[in-house]
Amino acid sequence: MARVLLFGRLADQAGWREREIEAADLSTLRASLSQADPVLGEALAGPGVQVAVDKTIVRGEAALSAASEVAFLPPMSGG
Amino acid sequence: MIVTLTDQPFEPGVLVSAFCAGREETGAVATFIGLARAEQGAARALELEAYPGFTDAAITEIAQGAVTRFALQDVHIVHRVGVITPGEAIVFVATAAAHRREAFEACDYLMDYLKSRAPFWKKEHGPEGPRWIEPTARDRTDAQRWDQEA
Repeated sequence: MARVLLFGRLADQAGWREREIEAADLSTLRASLSQADPVLGEALAGPGVQVAVDKTIVRGEAALSAASEVAFLPPMSGG
Repeated sequence: MIVTLTDQPFEPGVLVSAFCAGREETGAVATFIGLARAEQGAARALELEAYPGFTDAAITEIAQGAVTRFALQDVHIVHRVGVITPGEAIVFVATAAAHRREAFEACDYLMDYLKSRAPFWKKEHGPEGPRWIEPTARDRTDAQRWDQEA
């Protein structure tokens, strides 16, 4: 079970900020999120949305373990 | 070097006094304090979201870069998260250096970074409801001038 975190407008849109989801890698996780909520799935793949696995930005695919934390980060506002 | 995210209001003067204390080799301390604006009623409150462990690590990294770039002796950054009402301090930056130019420039550099590139998500609560804010064109160009000078 990966721990999935949503930030900013993504959390507002989804109606949740944190959820445990079973997935062996990022693409499986994205597919699972899209299946449950197609609009969210599209937003997660949208321009400027970055993904961090265990607090490090990743591009493309990444393997996930039960202890992984996956964060979807919309474009940052600055302070 | 200290980088702190806090959901509690802070007193800038107390931070300045503490930062200046016990420095015998520091010739200059520059500080910047950013306050939340009311925008003539358009902004009732600001809400800043951070990713704990990620946001502070990113700010620490840029602060370390500033220490090297401007030969700083020390940096202290405090950034509010959560709900901030007009007039409250959002951000505090203090830089310590042997001479004033480095302290001023590093403070300016750190603020340009914090305003445009720091991983925060900002929501403004106004009369027409909440809206998410992205960096302004001015924030972006302010940050870019340091890339060109580097």
